[in-house]
Amino acid sequence: MSFDPIELSWLAPVPADFRDRLRALAIDAPKCGEELYQLANYRVDSTQAGLFNRALNRLRSGGADLAPLVPFRLNILSNATVDLIADALPVAAARHRVALSVTIAPFDQVFQQALDPDSELHRTPADAILLHLDHRWLGLTTPSPGSGDRIIGALSRLTELLDGLAGTVQTPLILQTVSTYPYPLFGSFDRCIAGSTRDVDALNKGIVSLAKERGHYILDVATLSETVGAVRFHDPVTWNLYKLPMASNVVPLFADWLGRLLGAIRGTSRKCLVLDLDNTLWGGVIGDDGLEGLRLGQGSGEGEAFLEVQRLALDLKRRGIILAICSKNEEATARSAFRDHPEMLLHERDISVFQANWLDKASNIEAIARALDIGVDALVLLDDNGAERAQIRAALPSVAVPEIGNEPAHYPAILTAAGYFEAVSFSNEDRIRAESYAANAFRAEVKAKARDLGDYLDSLEMTISHSAFDKVNRSRIAQLINKSNQFNLTSKRYSEPAVAAMESDSAKHTFQTRLSDRFGDFGLIAVMIAEARNDGSWDIDTWLMSCRVLGRKVEWSMLDALVAAAAVHDISHLTATYMPTAKNGMVSRHFDNLGFSRILAGKDGVVRYRLMLSDYAPQKLPFHRDE
Amino acid sequence: MNDQDTLKKVSSLIGDLLDLDELTLTRETTARDVEGWDSLAHVRIVVAAEQAFGVRFSTGEITSMKNVGDLVNLIERRSRI
Repeated sequence: MSFDPIELSWLAPVPADFRDRLRALAIDAPKCGEELYQLANYRVDSTQAGLFNRALNRLRSGGADLAPLVPFRLNILSNATVDLIADALPVAAARHRVALSVTIAPFDQVFQQALDPDSELHRTPADAILLHLDHRWLGLTTPSPGSGDRIIGALSRLTELLDGLAGTVQTPLILQTVSTYPYPLFGSFDRCIAGSTRDVDALNKGIVSLAKERGHYILDVATLSETVGAVRFHDPVTWNLYKLPMASNVVPLFADWLGRLLGAIRGTSRKCLVLDLDNTLWGGVIGDDGLEGLRLGQGSGEGEAFLEVQRLALDLKRRGIILAICSKNEEATARSAFRDHPEMLLHERDISVFQANWLDKASNIEAIARALDIGVDALVLLDDNGAERAQIRAALPSVAVPEIGNEPAHYPAILTAAGYFEAVSFSNEDRIRAESYAANAFRAEVKAKARDLGDYLDSLEMTISHSAFDKVNRSRIAQLINKSNQFNLTSKRYSEPAVAAMESDSAKHTFQTRLSDRFGDFGLIAVMIAEARNDGSWDIDTWLMSCRVLGRKVEWSMLDALVAAAAVHDISHLTATYMPTAKNGMVSRHFDNLGFSRILAGKDGVVRYRLMLSDYAPQKLPFHRDE
Repeated sequence: MNDQDTLKKVSSLIGDLLDLDELTLTRETTARDVEGWDSLAHVRIVVAAEQAFGVRFSTGEITSMKNVGDLVNLIERRSRI
């Protein structure tokens, strides 16, 4: 799997009801800005961007309250046809919480428009003017080998334009760096000679100095072109036909780059990166695999990939982005990796808020924002689990949640490409911000809400199956039995031959459970063994589950399956045991939650339970049953 | 995809771009027959069609396009390759 920024793949795909949701937006509706923001965060094509523009214009001219979107008026002055770019801009800007209106000055009249106070450009008041000028306007179409004149000429032409504009308006400008066709005149020797195609680098340095001197902003088109590849960025066909300044499939990414710049100017950039742990900062599940079992660090490709994720987080911290942890884990277990794993780049002192518990992530993310005294709209969540991402998007739509695919080596590129942390300045305060926030991995108090998870679980489209142990899955079953520590009621361990013996033991009733959802297949994730007793009951000898599927009612479905099987055998009741260990505290109330009654509680923490089948009422569960 | 499907898809695409509900085009329809189909709209239509059908047209093909039927034929020919 490769990552191509041109596809904006960090955005979720457009849902089927996109058009209807735009149409349904009423001028007097509360929160229509919020809905626009959500709709802008899908991977829209140019036609959908057009639909978005119309809805935005309708709402704006009707006087709708567009908050939390911040208004911005942008005028564009260009030597090219920028209408298609203008089409793509409002949706891209809304993604970065800017309600944008765009005015385009007439095509290819750059100086006339700039210098005439009565021109279209100046008649429309603006918060910024984008100078969308390419190498052609700057006279860089033809190389002049051996002479540095054309760069001097280009910069003086640009300076003349800036002077002219400064004489007419005070509006801040956005200057663009320039991308040229990558085709050299000589070859590699172009780098060694003045006046060749490569002197565009000198031009860009000059443009950036001009912007700095005069307090203007920079839109780094040269880097954008480099990112997607200059051969792809330039499209001679549509330039020749229509004077489009870049290939049409690059326009959405260009628009997003400009949108995030406008967001940064308006102060809507994100401030804090919230990181999941298992399979996001390291490979593996620390609760099950243990510290030694984690894949992290030099020596394995996967381990190095996760190292790079941590390195990016550290780089971001050093430029003033706050780091927080949000993970479903035992806190002590999670922290042990930060304290004791020799390959960890991140340490507790790098983390401002450290949330590791079994409560829902949305409540934890709210707790992080509260503890830092910033809005949830200042947060970005990096999480490998598609279901968690979907839940956060549904519960807290203003948190930025990139889709990151399943290749950890691409995570840093994707997080960077999404442009959440765009800035227009870098100060000493930024440098020390993360330190001033750091309360050494502070644990924030969670006000867990009773969220209605019903719709969310339904939306996962889960398919579950329960079947008896068999030869094919024997080794996976034995592996689960021997390595599950957290969701494990009795922590009894059985070898593979012992598991094999159970397959034909008529007194043993065994269950292996598989789960999949619309994000993928979890495979075999839970195991249960019940043993027939002489008194007409079944005793639950073993019950364990992978923590990856917590909070999805899998245990209810397993109990359903067990009760149904017991009923077939005319069993009157079930008995069960909770045996505490250092690691299985999370299931100490498992049987209580499922409606079992306590019949005996020993001093050692061991609790015996009973469930009369006549008392059992099955629940409505969010699964398709696959028999 | 047959001709009829392509024509339908092209119609709804152009309807979306020009903000005309229920636009019905025939193969003989030309830009002159449709409200708002000016030269800029034409650029939008060509670019959106390339995106929607995942094809690229050549300079010569775009320049010689005379009516909706030409566009549909081009898309059909390209999608078959």
